[in-house]
Amino acid sequence: MQEAMIKRAKELLADGSVDRVIGWKRGEFAYDMTPAVFTSAEELDSEFIFDDFTSANVSKYLVKETAKEGKILAFLKPCDTYSFNQLIKEHRIDRDKVYVIGIPGGPKLDIEKIKAKGITGILSVKNEDYTLKIETLYGEETMPFSEAILDKCASCKSKKHVVYDELIGEDGDVLDSNRFDMVEKLENMTAQERFDFWRDQLSKCIRCNACRNVCPACTCENCVFDNPKSGIDNKAPADSFEENMFHIIRAFHVAGRCTDCGECSRVCPQHIPLHLLNRKFIKDINELYGEYQAGADTTSRAPLNTYTKDDCEPSIVHERGVE
Amino acid sequence: MQVNENFEPVIVAFCCNWCSYAGADLSGTNRLNYPSNVKIIRVPCSCRVNPMFILRAFQKGADGVIICGCHPGDCHYTSGNYFTRRRITLLYSMLDFLGIERNRTRLEWVSAAEGAKFAATMEQFTADVKALGPNRRLEDLRCRKQ
Repeated sequence: MQEAMIKRAKELLADGSVDRVIGWKRGEFAYDMTPAVFTSAEELDSEFIFDDFTSANVSKYLVKETAKEGKILAFLKPCDTYSFNQLIKEHRIDRDKVYVIGIPGGPKLDIEKIKAKGITGILSVKNEDYTLKIETLYGEETMPFSEAILDKCASCKSKKHVVYDELIGEDGDVLDSNRFDMVEKLENMTAQERFDFWRDQLSKCIRCNACRNVCPACTCENCVFDNPKSGIDNKAPADSFEENMFHIIRAFHVAGRCTDCGECSRVCPQHIPLHLLNRKFIKDINELYGEYQAGADTTSRAPLNTYTKDDCEPSIVHERGVE
Repeated sequence: MQVNENFEPVIVAFCCNWCSYAGADLSGTNRLNYPSNVKIIRVPCSCRVNPMFILRAFQKGADGVIICGCHPGDCHYTSGNYFTRRRITLLYSMLDFLGIERNRTRLEWVSAAEGAKFAATMEQFTADVKALGPNRRLEDLRCRKQ
């Protein structure tokens, strides 16, 4: 797959139809794949990587990239195409400046799950017939592929590319995922249990803003959370649940626009399941205002941008779930 | 839960300029009583209430937040309160999901002619919040006045 992608990218660069290519390259470690922009065939040959760790969604980078001159080639996985579509809908990306090649999606690997097995000093990870051969400083280890896949891939919602100019590999279908299972489980807990769960989780937050910075729906130039007059700016939390406002509002700001790409949870250094907040909004929207998948098209109105005269009242919260 | 008789909650009421604020005015001119715990913030439309306002109120020590607007269909700006309704439903559902007490938040439609309803609603809401006790779950100690 990597060779086919490099070959096609080189062709497009050579005939001048694109000026830059956005893909992934290796970071500090063999499992640290980071989005990168390539401008020459040599760079592509030496640095371009597409493997089990290239899970980063490159859609958001296109906001800045399409503001520049020239055309860019983007390799998008199915989940990334939803984010891409959503950004087109919000007029954040200039579609004419992007040439999209759809590539097959995951499942991708989560290095944290490998590390959780007590495997340290990892030098390289190879996937041989769905068994991972992990070379470490202390010898070789193996583990099944299925035990190390990213949470977001484990509950994959779609293998279908919703937008592309050409495809490498096969296009898939929208899947029946089990992505709301955990939300449902939480809804069936008592209020005290839910509060305890979230206090446990959100008290880990260090406000590194990684979730915000990676989120393809969070593309504001000036973020409301960067307000130095908020009274909480640059102050460490004094209690354990104080970053709740940041997470509630961040989830709310992307409600109806979140495509559920799962990047927020993937990048969280504290492993907070942030996608559950987004999924709660998605689930509520689906139940109360009809099924809606953000990014599935570029024309429909977002659920919070429209209304009907017989919408439910907020008191419906008292009738649903467990108190 | 044990009710502390001496606890006086701080209630923040966001009232739309055209209906609910006038409703509050009417309850005043009619000499109806409603609890002094209620601090009214006038907004041009209930739709002006950013979810952040609500959480900010809680963060800064409010014990309950109520939003009042025109009845659906009667909005001065035609459709503002329909958007409010969707937004606030989702927000309240999210607060419930995080285990925040349901009775701390409310949305009520109060027209300019419903002075009595305004007073009764505030009376009831204050009693509900009083029964819940102080807001500890959404308070932010960093915002507390020194």
